[in-house]
Amino acid sequence: MSFDLNFIGILIGAIMASSVPLILAASGELITERSGVLNLGVEGMMIIGAISGFALMVITDNLFLAVIGSMISGLIISIIFGVLTQSLLTNHVATGLALTIFGIGMSAMIGKNFVGIPGKEFPLLFVNLKENIPFLGPILFGHSVILYFAFLLPFLTNYFLKKTKIGLIIRAVGDSPTSASNQGINVTLVRYSCILYGGAMCGLAGAYLSLIYTPQWIENMTGGRGWIALALVVFATWSPIKVLIGALIFGGITILQLHMQAVGFRIPVQLLSALPYIMTIIVLVVISRDSRKIKLNTPTSLGQIFYKEK
Amino acid sequence: MYKNFLRYIISVLFFLGVSGQANADFKVGFVYVGPTGDHGWTYQHDEGRKAVEAAGIKTTYVESVPEGADAERVIRQLAQSGHDLIFTTSFGYMDPTNKVAKDFPNVKFEHATGYKREHSNVSTYSARFYEGRTLLGHMAGKMTKTNVIGYIASFPIPEVIRGINAMTLAAQKVNPDIKTKIVWVFTWYDPGKESEAAQALIDQGADVIMQHTDSTAPVQVAEKAGVWSFGQASDMQRFAPKSILTSIIDDWAPYYVERSIAARDGTWKQQDTWHGLKEGMVAMAPYNSAMGSDLVKEVEQLQKDLASGKTHSFTGPIYDQKGNILVAEGSVADDGMLAGMNVYVKGVEGDIPQ
Repeated sequence: MSFDLNFIGILIGAIMASSVPLILAASGELITERSGVLNLGVEGMMIIGAISGFALMVITDNLFLAVIGSMISGLIISIIFGVLTQSLLTNHVATGLALTIFGIGMSAMIGKNFVGIPGKEFPLLFVNLKENIPFLGPILFGHSVILYFAFLLPFLTNYFLKKTKIGLIIRAVGDSPTSASNQGINVTLVRYSCILYGGAMCGLAGAYLSLIYTPQWIENMTGGRGWIALALVVFATWSPIKVLIGALIFGGITILQLHMQAVGFRIPVQLLSALPYIMTIIVLVVISRDSRKIKLNTPTSLGQIFYKEK
Repeated sequence: MYKNFLRYIISVLFFLGVSGQANADFKVGFVYVGPTGDHGWTYQHDEGRKAVEAAGIKTTYVESVPEGADAERVIRQLAQSGHDLIFTTSFGYMDPTNKVAKDFPNVKFEHATGYKREHSNVSTYSARFYEGRTLLGHMAGKMTKTNVIGYIASFPIPEVIRGINAMTLAAQKVNPDIKTKIVWVFTWYDPGKESEAAQALIDQGADVIMQHTDSTAPVQVAEKAGVWSFGQASDMQRFAPKSILTSIIDDWAPYYVERSIAARDGTWKQQDTWHGLKEGMVAMAPYNSAMGSDLVKEVEQLQKDLASGKTHSFTGPIYDQKGNILVAEGSVADDGMLAGMNVYVKGVEGDIPQ
């Protein structure tokens, strides 16, 4: 195995690319959950984003429209969840699961006409720099604009939640919707906005898969990444920065275990395949041991239905 | 009076039920492991189903059925809902198929790629994909510059191991220095994981990639990285127009039509079918002219020889990784040995996951 520096750089670049959908979906879901709404429909919204992005790319031949369209369709599908859970006060868990099943079925139906069409090359930034700078080049350059956005997002989310007024309102709604409501905050409106934001981010995560990562449409192409994103939010104890760390560990070990096989390490392959799941959980549990901090970050009213007393 | 009336109704309903079943339209059910839109394994089975439909026989299918408890439920459901012949199209459906077959002696079952026929109403069928792998190995051995061939494998079952061995033997014949590197992904279908596996193999120096998984992701990664690749199950040429050398195509349609008609007409008998290039169940997509006309001619000749039986994919001497002889010089592996193959031949790196 060539253990030269440049190869390690390429490897890190690949790890970053594979963790993008997880970061996007998990950051979106994190905001939704921070407002006290548990949306288990991440996988469904992602796959709808994936097919919408791909279909728009084929129809309009415009990647910008495809990306925007995938976010809008993720948003539209999350409206269904919003109306059901916020206006009709249905159970969050059941509604979220239904949304996932609906999304997978719906995407397969729309996607029938888009199977077997090759994707389009998505423009990558700074490709020259990637090739000319050893080690750092493949890490920092030659990625799509969505990757850079994804790596900024956890920091923006962190800042937004901790330092802005709207962030404070979202946290207040998630911790105690009744008190927030008594303070004159429109809880339902806040939660709706958070659900829609989460939907848009999941749609973008799906588009990243169908437009950039494996540029094509195939049924079920999200392959359970939505569920992993959901788990990441919980194991990262609702902290955006830890979501980023968790996504990188998960992506990293997934890719490393494949490389270890290709190199010929004599470790049982089944163990290697399970490693990403095990390691991500262990690391996130270890870095989130401080129970006071967990309490501080956990939205107390998560998944509870809010009735406004009149 | 009232009681009698009820009895009358029940007996009429019963009679209707029985006669209804006897006159019911003949129906064929299909169980798929992936979505019909995978453009690979399941896609090809569905093409076969469409051919049955075109022959005027009613069909239904259930897609994306996981191998395991769910499979038995789905197969049982199909048997209960009046299907007369059921094709179960993945290796992992072997035990569920036999289990359900026991309870429905009047329904015929056809299980793909398995070897268990525990009841007289279960047939098995498969294609000699390894003949296609021999052709891929020949091309890979000739085309590689790094002498590393990357192989994305799904599950450690004889079918997959046979493919790895057939490919390696053929590649060694034309290029004794080649090494086969294998990455097991433990899935038939996960585009993301398959493309990561392809990338890992390319990073490890493989300049020819082949797959025993069902999505088109690996050939696309190969196209981007500028290495050679081969399509799996259906012609994947349009996903990698420059770099794909050919695809192994599974053509189930003639078999499905033949067996469905036989079942409808009452001539269906239990059998074990293993067809290859000769019968056309395994076909090759057009060869890429980028490999040069000489090599194309060579491969076409080899394809003819494999089809006619002049050449066999597993011709001795064949050694396992430790150097023990598996097939003696001058003889060929018999079907029993091929069906249960569970060791790598010399030249394959690593161990088979247990």
